[in-house]
Amino acid sequence: MKLPNEQGYFGDFGGKFVPETLMTALKELEQAYIEASSDPGFVARLEELRHTYAGRPTPLYEAQRLSEKICGATILLKREDLLHTGAHKINNALGQGLLASRMGKQRIVAETGAGQHGVAAATVCALLGLECVVYMGEEDLVRQASNVSRMKLLGAEVRGVASGSRTLEDAINEAVRDWVTNVQNTHYLLGSAVGPHPYPIMVRTFQSVIGIETREQMLSQYHRLPDYIIACVGGGSNAIGIFHPFRDDSDVKLVGVEAAGRGLNSGLHSASLNRGRVGVLHGAKSYLLQNEHGQIRPTHSIAPGLDYPGVGPEHSYYKESGRATYTAVNDEQALEGFHLLCETEGIIPALEPAHALYYACQIARELPQENLVVVNLSGRGDKDLDIVLQAQEAGE
Amino acid sequence: MSQFSDVFNRTGHKALIAYLTVGYPSLNATLETAVALAEWGCDILELGIPFSDPLADGATIQEASFQALKQGVTPTICLEVAAKLRQRIDVPLVFMTYYNPVFSFGLEKFCQSSVAAGINGLIVPDLPPEEGADLERAAWQEGLDIIYLLTPTSGEERIHLVAERSRGFIYLVSLTGVTGVRETLPFELENFVSLVRRETALPLCVGFGISTPEQAQRVAHIADGVIVGSRILQLMKEHPTPELKALVTGLRDALDSC
Repeated sequence: MKLPNEQGYFGDFGGKFVPETLMTALKELEQAYIEASSDPGFVARLEELRHTYAGRPTPLYEAQRLSEKICGATILLKREDLLHTGAHKINNALGQGLLASRMGKQRIVAETGAGQHGVAAATVCALLGLECVVYMGEEDLVRQASNVSRMKLLGAEVRGVASGSRTLEDAINEAVRDWVTNVQNTHYLLGSAVGPHPYPIMVRTFQSVIGIETREQMLSQYHRLPDYIIACVGGGSNAIGIFHPFRDDSDVKLVGVEAAGRGLNSGLHSASLNRGRVGVLHGAKSYLLQNEHGQIRPTHSIAPGLDYPGVGPEHSYYKESGRATYTAVNDEQALEGFHLLCETEGIIPALEPAHALYYACQIARELPQENLVVVNLSGRGDKDLDIVLQAQEAGE
Repeated sequence: MSQFSDVFNRTGHKALIAYLTVGYPSLNATLETAVALAEWGCDILELGIPFSDPLADGATIQEASFQALKQGVTPTICLEVAAKLRQRIDVPLVFMTYYNPVFSFGLEKFCQSSVAAGINGLIVPDLPPEEGADLERAAWQEGLDIIYLLTPTSGEERIHLVAERSRGFIYLVSLTGVTGVRETLPFELENFVSLVRRETALPLCVGFGISTPEQAQRVAHIADGVIVGSRILQLMKEHPTPELKALVTGLRDALDSC
């Protein structure tokens, strides 16, 4: 079975639920993406930039002190935090940026939550000489201020979004409105594995470099595949990027970790797969946090990059098919994971993968040392210092 | 209760279609304004069921949706408003909303309830025909029309597709963008409308950006109806009825003098 199918569905999930204005643009994008994927020149250019510009391949690092402290399975970190711009988002931004150039689009719009995708988009636009407008919820503008400064230094225009919960969901709405208005000369550089077809497959493909490398590194460093792969899930791009190349390795357990915020029963979380029901938002059918009337619910997470009411359709499909399981970790636990990695390994993780780290430690405790647990360390935590310090003060 | 065909079959008559967000600024305002709009010469009323993430809408309808939701407006309340209106006015009524509230309600149940409330058609701006088969099936069983949209970016193939699938009329989006008042309409509008006209005998109604009699008249020369939304909501917020009446009667006169 081909996934997604011609209509962009992964089983029951996905599709193209967009205003008519965008239908032609999506078709052109799909066509350009298919052509580029089989163009050796495009593939070679992307490969070169990944290597010489972004810093791939990233190491697969054995976190010995962390593993010793846990007294269980061995934890390995896929170090996406070492990439240029500090997160996995650059993988997708490079791919889509090259694609936009190839399509002759001179202007890029992007949304951002944590600011990592915004920084990646702004970086790639500077690299390729494209105009860049980044939409960011006003709440996120405040809590990720350093990334806002970075985007501006890189020449991007950052537009605050004051509607709704003033976070990622609203930034996407506004980016789509901009795209609808300027579709002739503009490419929407969507940063997660969400949205209408072909975005979920395109983002997954550009992010799959994470999983492909991890698989090769496992085989060369450990001569086997891991027992677990654990990644945080907001929209789910870093998770699908590391999961997908292992989808047929049925012995490798895939676990996505959502943000339980202040608790799954508090109503203040972002755990769409754990607590949502199927609906349509931002162009795709997938699990969604919504009320009984089909209105999208406000979300919360200490990690802005996970603070989103939906999830990529392929994750919904993995949940339904059982290929991956999805759990959730709350704000406090994520902070615990954050500090643990800082103190045991000298690595400051972003709050998003800190969710995955916490959960990895939980299951590693129950497993023998020979078991290998890979965590996708999708970004570094410099951007989160204010949030972490505030949380510390609040706790004291 | 009259049908779309009753509106569009009147020789020489150009349809005036008005949009209201249900519950903005209040449920009572929606009811009273809708009755007045019909009296002042609107031929079809679009009732917007507010959605939390209206990504095809500009600032005015976003704000109206937000306020309506804040007051607790739900699809069920919108159905009740439609049913009340149906007892007082005869013009065709259309629900305009995004797909998720309809999907969440249940497609069959939503279509049944809509028809029971006297609704004639549905416009769902984030549902292109490619995704519309399920809703069409549910609507068809109830005799409810699904009205699809075309935009200046729709190529020939898409015009064919929408012409084949749309029922009642086709909603032509005048410009590449979101809803909202504009100073001027695109100069290519005539070309766009005539391109669609060549492909279909369905009535063509043009919306997005239209708020003045001059704009309405320009559209009426080439299309079968004009749709006005954001400007009406603005006047409901800022002014009492005299301004709204002046707007609507002005639009009506402009269309009738075509």
